[in-house]
Amino acid sequence: MTVAPGETLLVVRGLRTVFDTRAGSVRAVDGVDVTVRSGECLGVVGESGSGKSVTFASVMGLIRKPGRIEAGEILFDGRDLRKLSPRALRAVRGGDIAMTMQDALTALNPALTVGTQIGEMIEAHDDDLPRAGPARRRAIRDRAVEMLGLVGIPSPQDRLQQYPHEFSGGMRQRIMIAIALASKPRLLIADEPTTALDVTIQAQVLELISDIRVKLGMSVVLITHDLGVVAEHCDRVMVMYAGQVVEEGPTADVIRSPQHPYTRGLLASIPRLALRGQPITPIEGQVPELIGLPPQCRFYSRCPQAGPDCLRPIEMVAAGPGRRARCIRITPRESRS
Amino acid sequence: MSVAEQIPAPAPVADSIFRRNLRTFMENRLAFGSAIMVLLFVLMAIFAPLIAPHDPYATDLFRRLQPPAWMEGGDWAFPLGCDALGRDILSRIIYGARISIFIGAAVILVATTIGILAGLAAGYLRGWVDVVISRLVDILLGFPYLIFAIGLMAMMGPGLSNIILALAYKEWVIPCRVVRGETLVTRELEYVEAARALGASRWHIMRKEILPNILSPVIVVATIRMAHVIILEASLSFLGLGVQPPTASWGAMVADGRAFILESWWVSTFPGVAILLLVLAINVASQGLRDAFDPRFTE
Amino acid sequence: MSLTRLLERLFQLVPVLLGVSVIVFVMMALTPGDPVQIMIGDQNVSPEQVEQMRRDLGLDRPVHERFFVFLGNAVQFDFGQSFYHRRPVADVIIERLPATIELTVVAMLIALVTAIPLGVLAAVKKNSFPDRIATVGSLLGVSLPGFWFGILLLMLFAVHLNLLPVAGRINFGVSQGITPYTHFLLIDTLLNGRLDAFRNALAHIILPAITLGLPMTAILMRVTRTSMLEVMRQDYVTFAEAKGLSRTRVIFRHALKNALIPTVSVAAIETGSLLGGNMIVETVFGWPGLGRLVVESIFVRNYPLVQAAVLFYAVVYVMLNFFADILYTVLNPRVKL
Repeated sequence: MTVAPGETLLVVRGLRTVFDTRAGSVRAVDGVDVTVRSGECLGVVGESGSGKSVTFASVMGLIRKPGRIEAGEILFDGRDLRKLSPRALRAVRGGDIAMTMQDALTALNPALTVGTQIGEMIEAHDDDLPRAGPARRRAIRDRAVEMLGLVGIPSPQDRLQQYPHEFSGGMRQRIMIAIALASKPRLLIADEPTTALDVTIQAQVLELISDIRVKLGMSVVLITHDLGVVAEHCDRVMVMYAGQVVEEGPTADVIRSPQHPYTRGLLASIPRLALRGQPITPIEGQVPELIGLPPQCRFYSRCPQAGPDCLRPIEMVAAGPGRRARCIRITPRESRS
Repeated sequence: MSVAEQIPAPAPVADSIFRRNLRTFMENRLAFGSAIMVLLFVLMAIFAPLIAPHDPYATDLFRRLQPPAWMEGGDWAFPLGCDALGRDILSRIIYGARISIFIGAAVILVATTIGILAGLAAGYLRGWVDVVISRLVDILLGFPYLIFAIGLMAMMGPGLSNIILALAYKEWVIPCRVVRGETLVTRELEYVEAARALGASRWHIMRKEILPNILSPVIVVATIRMAHVIILEASLSFLGLGVQPPTASWGAMVADGRAFILESWWVSTFPGVAILLLVLAINVASQGLRDAFDPRFTE
Repeated sequence: MSLTRLLERLFQLVPVLLGVSVIVFVMMALTPGDPVQIMIGDQNVSPEQVEQMRRDLGLDRPVHERFFVFLGNAVQFDFGQSFYHRRPVADVIIERLPATIELTVVAMLIALVTAIPLGVLAAVKKNSFPDRIATVGSLLGVSLPGFWFGILLLMLFAVHLNLLPVAGRINFGVSQGITPYTHFLLIDTLLNGRLDAFRNALAHIILPAITLGLPMTAILMRVTRTSMLEVMRQDYVTFAEAKGLSRTRVIFRHALKNALIPTVSVAAIETGSLLGGNMIVETVFGWPGLGRLVVESIFVRNYPLVQAAVLFYAVVYVMLNFFADILYTVLNPRVKL
């Protein structure tokens, strides 16, 4: 069952997820490939609308009408999740792959106690529980208390009966993480885990996720629009733009020498990561509408290096060791750095 | 359906969008068609003397409980048959539309006027005016509608103007609450503040600045309530507390037929169909109106 | 919710109840016709006796004094004599009450049992065939005049198909020898172990209950559908799905529990409008309850009874709305009264 460190755990190939609207099909995710190795932390960066959340909602099988997955393979541990029966998929979803959402206030059910919400996760995925009766209830309760303790909730046994609104924002976020981890998943997808939080609590929550990742030896996909967060916590990074991956590689390399103009733009717009001596500049323009896109580079309209040769479909190309980028301007010198 | 068949099948991707658009279109058409139907009922009421084939009050004992035209013993001169006094049911339904629509319109008109005035006063002036009006609204909401109307009718006795009063006494509460709520929001908006700063009078602000901006929810509510009022009037008439015989009113006609349900089902059935059609048409049309005018409330 | 808060809310009902009694009093005080003359009817009574009766009834006193007497008596459930029955009004009302309560409760149960599953089904399968049937059905439900629908049911099931009885609560012959423990026939027949009588009572109540419950069914179905649709869009439902819970658990535990909050409070309020419907339905089906009694009393000018009944209905209605509020708070842990 366990995959040796460094082996691939999740492979997504050619994923295309569309949303049918009155104006046409919106290609929110268009030909995305993802690889997550066991034990690593992958950062996924992009603006809202870049398709980063939709990509991993697709992995979780959470795309609902009017959205649908049009093409692609989602291989977890070698099994194509799209071909699993609903029952088998449910065992993976939540069991092997768990997810946290952006805002715990809306992600936790206001009408159920925290204990219930952790308990049902344990009950759904832990096959080692006693069959029935008080022993089973006690085992679930103990696990729930243990999980709340793990994420740093003080006196957890007293708080199982409380409702989400009785906790502070940071505590709620921890509870959501506790729920996600209660099934001992092998992959945690953390979708914007800190956006809804105060700056001081952001750091604590990210530390918590990193600690637990090391402790449990699981992989983490950290979806964020903040390259700074990725720089601190992720081994590798994947930059998305307008439904496509535009660059990926080891975090340190990508930040030191970004290959795609969009990545460079992103870095230049973040004060603490901007390359020394360069001015902080926001990227001009807006993300294109994802309906009826012409077959050309999607960053064309905003790219400082755009030229007539960009008006054709652009493929991902190798850009150094373990690195790829979707740009025809990648120079051999830079790519070898 | 036939429209869909004539159009060549679209590409698979566009299929669901096409169908959704078609459905939206048809939904709008449904609301539009219902509005036309309401209009037809209104025209029927206005021109009743020209349309009705017979005098709705002319009794004919030889035609007592005569069945509808398509049944044995029917006569195409009396398409929906005759009631226990031999009166033509179709003509009475046509005349009955006058009562339902007149009372419905009158109640809504009176209630909406009072409701707008009271709601504006409560929402804009606040203070003791608001306290008094809101308390009165709370108290009136404490009565089940029909029981309130029945109590009033018992006190005032039957009659056209009494029904209108009995229903309007409580009905105004509904537009009043809508207007008050909208006014509370609108009075804080910048352009109202600006008008106030420029020294406009309170009456001017209420009439010229606030009222035009809260009118669409009021109209939507008025049309929805119209359907309720028509059913309430029919219910009062059914209980014998409405318009008095021999005046043709749908509720009373249904009541008249109760004694004959063993043999002559048509006496009760057709006036009820008329109520259902009119109320249904108003409900569907007002829902379309709501979607168009006040999309906040759309599901 | 704290007890003091509850008492405070209860206290807020006082002005409303007081106002309601003022209106009921004024309603009847303004009724044309001399109550004494109505009481006397055709009997031969001397002018002195008329004067005496007038004094006994307090009619010689000023209006405001009469109001306080009326209020004082009403609090003690004393509404004077029913001229028609030659018994206290309160006794007559109490005698008729069980039939009305039984009918109302059965109508409410029918409405809840049909509306909630249909509303959930319509929401879960939005825009499907069942959803459209439910939409048309709820529109019909609020557009059908109850008295006419009742007559149609009678014509079809009682007259045409001869399946169900035309009027009343139970056949006279069947009802013999049943000890009235509760005065609710459906319960009494069972307590007496008389299945035949139970079936008979059930056959009598089914059509009136359906007629009475129809508008409520339509409204509750619409409310359930709307709030289900709203709830299904919430993050906590997505999160519940992401936990790999079964679809049943997501729909019924996570979504429905929240969606039922508005449904239940609307149900409590709508129960109040069933009170009004009782007058119509009891008249159509010859149901020996309070509603029919009121309608009959109007025609025999039994005004004290009408007055008492209107007040009674209003008080029950106000209390139901109050309970709807309380229920809403109890069900919704987020709202603090």
